[in-house]
Amino acid sequence: MANPLVPDIGLVTAIRRDTPDVKTFRVVRADTGAGVCFPHMPGQCAMLSIPGVGEAMFSITSSPTNTEYMEFSIKKCGCLTEWLHEMEEGQEVAIRGPYGNHFPVEADMLGKDLLFIAGGIGLAPLRSVINYVRHDDNRAKYGSIDIVYGARSKDDLVDIDEIKNEWSSGSGSSSGTATVHLTIDRAQEGWDGDVGFVPDYVKKLNFDTSKTVLMCGPPIMIKFVLAALNGLGFDKSRIYTTFEMRMKCGIGKCGRCNIGSRYVCKDGPVFRCDEMDSMPDEY
Amino acid sequence: MLKILMSDIGRLFERLSSVGTLYLPIEGGGQTAFAPWRAGADVQLDRVNTDLSVKGLFFPQTEDIAFFKREGKKISVLPSSDPDEPFAVFGVRACDVRGLEVLDKVFLDDPAHMDTFYKGRRENGALIALACSSPAETCFCGAFGVDLAEPSGDVAAWIVDNTLYWEAKTQRGERLTEAVRPVMAEQSGTSAVDASKKAARDALAAAPLASLKDSLSAWGANDMLTLFSSPLWANLSMSCVGCGTCTYVCPTCQCYDVQDFDTGHGVTRFRCWDSCMYSDFTLMASGNPRKTQLERFRQRFMHKLVYFPEKYGGMFSCTGCGRCLSKCPVSMNIAKVIKAVGGVENG
Ligand code: SF4
Ligand code: SF4
Ligand code: FES
Repeated sequence: MANPLVPDIGLVTAIRRDTPDVKTFRVVRADTGAGVCFPHMPGQCAMLSIPGVGEAMFSITSSPTNTEYMEFSIKKCGCLTEWLHEMEEGQEVAIRGPYGNHFPVEADMLGKDLLFIAGGIGLAPLRSVINYVRHDDNRAKYGSIDIVYGARSKDDLVDIDEIKNEWSSGSGSSSGTATVHLTIDRAQEGWDGDVGFVPDYVKKLNFDTSKTVLMCGPPIMIKFVLAALNGLGFDKSRIYTTFEMRMKCGIGKCGRCNIGSRYVCKDGPVFRCDEMDSMPDEY
Repeated sequence: MLKILMSDIGRLFERLSSVGTLYLPIEGGGQTAFAPWRAGADVQLDRVNTDLSVKGLFFPQTEDIAFFKREGKKISVLPSSDPDEPFAVFGVRACDVRGLEVLDKVFLDDPAHMDTFYKGRRENGALIALACSSPAETCFCGAFGVDLAEPSGDVAAWIVDNTLYWEAKTQRGERLTEAVRPVMAEQSGTSAVDASKKAARDALAAAPLASLKDSLSAWGANDMLTLFSSPLWANLSMSCVGCGTCTYVCPTCQCYDVQDFDTGHGVTRFRCWDSCMYSDFTLMASGNPRKTQLERFRQRFMHKLVYFPEKYGGMFSCTGCGRCLSKCPVSMNIAKVIKAVGGVENG
């Protein structure tokens, strides 16, 4: 039996700059130079590390329908992420996973109209599930797809080319379309989307409450969007979100990432919002 | 049941150490801890409780996970091998055996993510548990259903007057029994041991913390969020200096950190004990969900008394060993927390 704390080695084959502080890294197995390091489900995470620099948990941004490579959209916010932002293609990284639960793509989400709500880098975990449900193999299993996405400015929107060129119009093996609603915090030249914060935008869009909601973003955004959705009449048991905590092991043993009796690394990162009522407010 | 005179106990230790490294409670550097036996060591079989628990033999304070080499853009990894050397520990008290049962839940419960280091040591380490005859003032194992007089383990042992009695409890215990039989005598009947068991249980029932059992049931009557939001945490946590001593001496505290060390020739990744009492334990670039010592203090006790039982079928993550009672520099401890938050005054 392998020690779960010992990583495999992955190879970075492409690096894309999304925003001034977010880059997306494409990773394949280092031994064969191709393919994903391990299979995963949408919403699951992986531990990435550079030995001597650090190890941290990141959500897997690519969809499981993509078996050629994995992607990670990473915001620069500390020692390891700064190192990752400096590295070049061809760099190897240590990788282990997959960790945690996933969005209920094969359960509660089936047959439902889906509403995705993301703020800033919060699009990263949602991109995996958006591309999963958009894929032609899966698209028929779900109803309509709406995506609300907001960032500080238009330069801070992650994956904007993919959103504009693929999600709204369909592409390749994901021919179906999604309705995309973009907003930025303050008006900017050359911006024709909405201006304002995500929670207000959600209120304004006045969605049908029969939708199943998946949202990711900073904790403060989550709290306000939840309040906005409540106001519109959404049931908390139809809203899913993800939590973030400091992590070391990823497998519910180092004792670091709990909210009450739940370990975010193992019992999360995906939680249904009605579960939050029975969790201490410590996130 | 086998027996041996305490004056001959060295012969028993010799036999045991032929099976693998033998660890015993040994006094050294001002504290008693489980250390490898050698002739002439200051073995402390009367001492309740050892300053450090048996935890460290199965989950060492630091251990290497893997060694990495980085050359240019390449990374290679050499995993540490899992422990496979047989060893035996003599003199483990009932509370520390329970401590290992608690750690088993954390480290071995999930078949997909076994802690292979801990597993290797558990599979290779034999426990010779020693029943207590006179509990300390700080003992309250009874509150958690631990029987000080009938410890589980591979072998249970009792010291009554000048004789040590020995009884195998598991297959591994039977094998050890075969190894030590040549130096032991047969004992028929258990009356000597039975009387001592009763005396020990009576002594625990009369110990100062015996009533914690009632306070603990009072805990159980509250729901998690009520306990979490109790106003009492503010006062209780006020004196805590966040030194982490209570977590290091605790037989069930299992929080660890993972760190890298640059050796000059490569990078060693190791894990080491950590403490939820430390301010940077949950610190993230985006902030800290447990900002003050109140939240960290509350986490330690809520985990032991509420979250852990919620997750693992009612088992508490405290064994009543009393170590945090005698070691906390500001005399704050789980017994005071149980009494205060459990709502039983002067319990
Ligand atoms: S919390 Fe204190 S009494 Fe309980 S097991 Fe840990 S050290 Fe012993
Ligand atoms: S309770 Fe006592 S031993 Fe534990 S961290 Fe606080 S001051 Fe240190
Ligand atoms: S990261 Fe170790 S318990 Fe969650």
